Amino acid sequence: MRFKIVTSPHISQDVSVGQMMRRVLYAMIPGIAALTGFFGWGILINLVIATAVALLAETVMLTVRGRPLALHLSDFSAVVTAWLLAVALPPLAPWWLTALGIFSAVVVAKHLYGGLGYNPFNPAMVGYVVLLISFPREMSTWLIPHGLGQPHALSFLETLRVIFNSEWPARFALDALTGATPLDALRTQIGLGLTVTGIRNSPVFGIIAGQGWEWAALGFLAGGLWLVYTRTADWRIPAGMLGGLAIIATIFYLADPQHYAPPWFHIWSGAAIFGAFFIATDPVTASTTARGRLIYGAGIGVLVYIIRGFGGYPDGVAFSVLLMNIAAPAIDLYTQPRVFGARRG
Amino acid sequence: MSRLYPFHGGLKTVRHKTESNQWPIQQAALPRWLTVPLRQHIGAIAKPLVQAGDRVLKGQMIGQADGYISAAVHAPTSGVVAAVETRPVPHPSGLPDLCVVIDSDGEECWIEHEPVDYRALHPSELRNVLRNAGIVGLGGAAFPSAVKLNLSGQCEHLDTLILNGAECEPWITCDDRLMRERATGIVAGLQVMTCLLEPREVLIGIEDDKPEAIAAMAEACAGTGYQVRPIPTRYPSGSVKQLVKLLTGKETPVEGLPVDVGVQCFNAATAYTVHRAIDHGEPVISRVVTVTGHVSQPGNFEALLGTSFADLVEQCGGYREGVERLIMGGPMMGFALHSDEVPLTKAANCILAASAAELTPAQPVMPCIRCGACVDVCPADLLPQQLYWHARAKEFDKAQDYHLFSCIECGCCSAVCPSHIPLVQYYRYAKNEIWAQEKEKQKAELARQRHQARLERLEREKQEREAKLRQKAPAKTIKAAEASEAGIKLDIEAAVAHAKPHPPSSISSRAEEGESITDYSARTPALPVAEGGNQEPEPLSSKQDA
Repeated sequence: MRFKIVTSPHISQDVSVGQMMRRVLYAMIPGIAALTGFFGWGILINLVIATAVALLAETVMLTVRGRPLALHLSDFSAVVTAWLLAVALPPLAPWWLTALGIFSAVVVAKHLYGGLGYNPFNPAMVGYVVLLISFPREMSTWLIPHGLGQPHALSFLETLRVIFNSEWPARFALDALTGATPLDALRTQIGLGLTVTGIRNSPVFGIIAGQGWEWAALGFLAGGLWLVYTRTADWRIPAGMLGGLAIIATIFYLADPQHYAPPWFHIWSGAAIFGAFFIATDPVTASTTARGRLIYGAGIGVLVYIIRGFGGYPDGVAFSVLLMNIAAPAIDLYTQPRVFGARRG
Repeated sequence: MSRLYPFHGGLKTVRHKTESNQWPIQQAALPRWLTVPLRQHIGAIAKPLVQAGDRVLKGQMIGQADGYISAAVHAPTSGVVAAVETRPVPHPSGLPDLCVVIDSDGEECWIEHEPVDYRALHPSELRNVLRNAGIVGLGGAAFPSAVKLNLSGQCEHLDTLILNGAECEPWITCDDRLMRERATGIVAGLQVMTCLLEPREVLIGIEDDKPEAIAAMAEACAGTGYQVRPIPTRYPSGSVKQLVKLLTGKETPVEGLPVDVGVQCFNAATAYTVHRAIDHGEPVISRVVTVTGHVSQPGNFEALLGTSFADLVEQCGGYREGVERLIMGGPMMGFALHSDEVPLTKAANCILAASAAELTPAQPVMPCIRCGACVDVCPADLLPQQLYWHARAKEFDKAQDYHLFSCIECGCCSAVCPSHIPLVQYYRYAKNEIWAQEKEKQKAELARQRHQARLERLEREKQEREAKLRQKAPAKTIKAAEASEAGIKLDIEAAVAHAKPHPPSSISSRAEEGESITDYSARTPALPVAEGGNQEPEPLSSKQDA
């Protein structure tokens, strides 16, 4: 009898890129649900727009680059990018803003750099930063967390009109619905000389951090822990990032509690938890060694604090991630594990 | 329970042990034809001692170990040598090799053999007995055991002798059955090894999914001081360096051997062949092999070396429908065979007939997403994704910077890769390319040396010719020529001195002239002396000695 020749190993585990990406999507569901609950239909509409544009961009780029369509569309990497970016956008962002962000992410940051596995920068964060720098007004128009079922909530159709036609419903004044994010509020008011305790009493804030926001963070934390549990994400990156953020926040908080928000506020605010579990853990652009991942995560955490506290933006996850993306190859180079049998030290 | 020292990484794989380990070892039927490869071991191929038409007896040496790292080969049964020629053999290269084909007479007529009193022998004599019995590592590597049983020059004193009964690869159960059924024989063989190596302790590592084997070995070891150590079932715990680490906590140095840290390791089946060789005088002519997978009746067989795989599969009731791949060894490290018309060798511990159900379906390869799953499972603590990156880019020097040669090709990285990249294949490719480049370099270096030697020879010959010519020529002519040449030189120098604006003092001028003359005259007669010095440096030194 004649047989086929294939090299070892002849068995492997049932894992695939598509499966990993789908897990990331599943893990985002609790956080997305919380966001939708507090900020309304806009979140979901953004997700749909982003997904559609991402798939379209992916298809076009794969075709142009002559790559197998079915294989790469079924890896869900474009959808993950779309969701990561959509979740970070304001709920009433105009459709073209979302589309432009996705275009920057998928076409420029991903495919122009060689596609899946070759991009040096996190595509979703590239898209986000392009929008943040180009359209600061649109990017900072956040809704006050008056979610579904509440008197101030926009209906599905009203939301669609805002997003696609910039048609604001007549029954509300713009100011009644939109406002600064909690981090933004903290930043502006500390600038005005108020103390942290005083600021924290304003209605924007909830139990730990921003009202509504803290529940979304809890949702992302749950999903993120599941990712770590299933080993889809390495625990070292979120641990490093949240640890780094906590340590630097604690130092400043202990030095001057009236001027600097407590560490738990920082961890629970903005995109810290979402970023730690979903953004920084993008394996393509992160460090790959065990020690390197801790350092990479910690670097992001520290940079987030520095940008929040001393930079020009209320939150700094996107910039921090991109900055550490640049550092990842160097971190990898200097954190190689000791090879089995190599001399210690 | 003694302490274990877990190695990094590894995998929980599927086991598939019960398919073949539920029944005792069966005696395989005597085939009509036996094709015995002369290279069943690492090292030089054995020198054939027989030719077509010779009658051989069971156990008769038909191939002699050629050099230190080589092993003898014996006739597995009695019969007539039909041919000594190249035949297909089970080897990853797929290349045929020199084999002795025996037409068995069915008599099983043994050559004269008797037990050896190993305690009465000098260690080197005892090692010779084992060498001549063709004993090699039966775990798969087939390294000549006598070499490993000689510590001189390798290590002062052996701390630990390890018997490897881990059998970590899925599907394989030949060592499991052997330990269950022939534990006393294994321990007897171990005693011979202990006698040669005199280790401080003897440890027997067996994965804890083989409780029967552990119990049987523990019973057989009673009173010997040998310790049976159950180890967690985690592939590749049976890999030598990993097992040594697991049991002793010692890491074998990169590019080193366990003996460098005072540990030596043998397979359980190897110890059994030592017992057969010493206590029965029988060389290695058979082995226990697992025939499993998609065959009707999987099991373990004690089969004569040279029995064809097809014969063995036949004795398992043949293939079931849909066998796609025939693997020698386990599914993690074994290699696929073109054909089942290849003979059983000492290295063959398992024949795995795999259908789609036993294999992972081939999946399209995706780009590496640097997820690091491979890093987590690598038992050599490598960065497989970096090795892949550089191997793929043919940056072999960088691959070596990432310790390519520490890779044991266990396959863990490939098995967990979500992008389904055949990582191990890339590493093998890179290693082969580097070896090929090394060979090229050596060849070039050799060519350079030869060229250099040739140039030197030509120069020497030329000088010899000149020297002969000079000796033949009358001495007067030479002197005359010298004088005239010196005269010309003097004239020139005088002219130069005269032309100088501030001529040096006459003394120094004379000194210069004198120097130049002696210099010149010294050069010409110096030639034959130098020549003589080149040819025979001895006379002078011998004179000095005298």
